[in-house]
Amino acid sequence: MSLPSSAEIIEDLDFFDDWEERYKYLIDLGEEMPKMDPKLQTQERLVKGCQSNVWIDVQATDDKLSFVVDSDAIIVRGLLALVMAAFNNKTAVDILAFNVTDYFQQLDLEQHLSPTRGNGLRAIVAKIQAIARATSS
Amino acid sequence: MAFDVLEIRKEFPILQRSVHNKSLVYLDNAATTQKPQAVIDAMVDYYSNYNSNVHRGAHQLADQATRSYEAARDTVAEFINANSRSEVIWSAGTTESINIVACGLAKLLKPSDQVLVTQMEHHANLVTWQQACKASGATLVIAPINDAGELMIEQYAQLINSHTRLASLPHASNALGTINPIKSLIKTIRDHSNNYALVMIDGAQSIAHCDVDVQDLDCDFYAFSSHKFYGPTGLGVLWGKEALLQDWPVWQTGGEMISHVSYQDAQWNTLPYRLEAGTPNICGAIGFAAAINWFTQLDTVAVLAHESKLLALATEMAEDFSGLQIIGSAKQKVPVLSFVMDRGHPADIGFILDRQGIAIRTGHHCAEPLMERLKVPGTARASFALYNTCDEVEQLFIGLKKVREMLA
Repeated sequence: MSLPSSAEIIEDLDFFDDWEERYKYLIDLGEEMPKMDPKLQTQERLVKGCQSNVWIDVQATDDKLSFVVDSDAIIVRGLLALVMAAFNNKTAVDILAFNVTDYFQQLDLEQHLSPTRGNGLRAIVAKIQAIARATSS
Repeated sequence: MAFDVLEIRKEFPILQRSVHNKSLVYLDNAATTQKPQAVIDAMVDYYSNYNSNVHRGAHQLADQATRSYEAARDTVAEFINANSRSEVIWSAGTTESINIVACGLAKLLKPSDQVLVTQMEHHANLVTWQQACKASGATLVIAPINDAGELMIEQYAQLINSHTRLASLPHASNALGTINPIKSLIKTIRDHSNNYALVMIDGAQSIAHCDVDVQDLDCDFYAFSSHKFYGPTGLGVLWGKEALLQDWPVWQTGGEMISHVSYQDAQWNTLPYRLEAGTPNICGAIGFAAAINWFTQLDTVAVLAHESKLLALATEMAEDFSGLQIIGSAKQKVPVLSFVMDRGHPADIGFILDRQGIAIRTGHHCAEPLMERLKVPGTARASFALYNTCDEVEQLFIGLKKVREMLA
């Protein structure tokens, strides 16, 4: 099945009022997100976090950037699905125009972007933006 | 005297707060402990009333600051039973304390020398020696642990020989909680190296939970941090035998550590100042002394008994909890419960507990090679301090039930 769009995710998460339902939604998203081929989970693709590891692979087709990401933690996979909804199969210009801080604030998950979270999410976002900058320059 | 945990909790302002609208259950004490009002007050008093640089000002405030700061050194010296106050060197923390010794040792090591550490080290007591060995051509030797997370004593003894220049080991492990039998090991190190080896003890995790008497232990260096013992961050102690420290290669230069300077040369100050470059952490030292004075007024026997009770309860509940595996089951442990679960990466466990107001640490605990040795990606770690309660241990397991449900 295909993952929801960022607008759909904002709408979905807005519907839940307790943290448990919101986290279950994240866990479900994490389970639905396609897994990365373990052979691709190399050191070069690893974004190391203190608490969990995250891998990212990027492909450029036409003018769009597509990403495959994965993590060893399921909630981090859910968070990565949110990031994918925002960035996957978008142009570099779209990626750079997207306000990811606002997005996570709307989702009420901005704590996961804080530098104290060693889960690699912040690093992944920075990496995607850097790739987009390199592509568009 | 007795120990009333509910009364003690009232002395910690932060324990009154809530997290995600739940009462805070703070179980990340091996990372840093919370601070009692007495410590906060001492630090506010310093900055409010007598903030000044030490040793050099020609005025009343400098005099008052210097007295408090040097009195803090006396407090530490007395607390660990140092032979002399000159043996107490202030540092930024345990890591810096170990670096002072390792940077000096790098200049003394010969290529034929060996440095012995253990498989249970956190990075501060591994990378320091690894780099000293790389710089000098000496060999780093790693002593094995068993699956319970205990040092293998016979193998340890066999790894010591007349080339062992220094052995460094933790008094207690941060990731597993294991308390090493350091007193007997120190003797083993001395005997098996024909007194060639120096002995360094990493006391980061033990200072709050074990009696530390450096003369009785007969080690050469002992390192610890204030912030894991109810004091402020940014301050640590390197204790070392005076005869060693007075000739130890200086590692940073400038400030109070010199006695005479010309454009082309400098002479070093006497101990303890020769190993303390730059303006020190004055407020940190004053705060730490307040923490020690606060702690020593408690019934410390009852405090340690209370902590043992917390660990015993947590261990018992963990053993009964299906899908959970304790990592580190040494017979002697500081109050640390490290674990993994069948379903749920440690990071997931941490996220879900956090939403319930329960603070633990997850990950590799700055001990990556140890995690590899134990074949886990990391662990979830609950670590207790004297202000934790049995009720909080139970809340941890209620929280873990929720983790199990949500990740089922």
